[in-house]
Amino acid sequence: MVEALVQLGVPLFLLVLGYVAGSIAEQNHYKSIRVRELRFRRMPTTNLRRPPVHWRIESVALVAGSTVVSVDYFKRFLAQLRGLVGGRVRAYESLLDRARREAMLRMKEEAAQRGFDAVINVRLESTNIAAPLRNDKGTAGVEVLAFGTALKLARA
Amino acid sequence: MILSNTEEVPGRAIREFYGVVTGSTVRSKHFGKDLLAGLKNLVGGELKGYTELLSEARQEAVERMVEQAKALGANAVVNVRFATSSVAQGAAELFAYGTAVRVD
Repeated sequence: MVEALVQLGVPLFLLVLGYVAGSIAEQNHYKSIRVRELRFRRMPTTNLRRPPVHWRIESVALVAGSTVVSVDYFKRFLAQLRGLVGGRVRAYESLLDRARREAMLRMKEEAAQRGFDAVINVRLESTNIAAPLRNDKGTAGVEVLAFGTALKLARA
Repeated sequence: MILSNTEEVPGRAIREFYGVVTGSTVRSKHFGKDLLAGLKNLVGGELKGYTELLSEARQEAVERMVEQAKALGANAVVNVRFATSSVAQGAAELFAYGTAVRVD
């Protein structure tokens, strides 16, 4: 009896914990992303390889931003359920969206901090990081890297 | 040393090519950090320990690449690319490569 309770109770507790903590963290993260994205609205950022011809470039540097994220226990459970019938896994979409936007922001923050005005040739890469604990199945984390060439423009 | 992931340094002409330069490092996760990340895996969100680890490692890979470029007499590395691969459970290789050049 007690054993059954523990066997049911622990995963249930983890589900609730994952859901509550996960949603709060996600909401806070989105809030901070929106605020910071507004701040960098005016920094030209492009994945084009060349700057516009009329730009007069003073200096150049490589900038990068990255983040490693993981899904919570609840979302992982949802995704597993989703795997039975197939289709869109919304729980993972928002995770990757957050990670990409965060990586881009960190890249822009680095560019701004070092005094650059624009970033060209922006590339986004994502890599799966191997599961860390006790052969824990499922994704342990995804690294998203954003990098590009930062330009400082000469003032006319 | 000028680094850029574009094919040329914007606003400057390439005078000479020195060939491909590379830098890499394999890092494994610190036990404590790994434990924390395991816990963090329950609630989701950013695994800060890993973010730090990987960006430090990438920095080092870039430094090694720059060392090579310097030894060749280059003053810039263009078309820099990164690659991350998890070699084994708990270890990742960070790799940076590009073309060493001399620009004006």
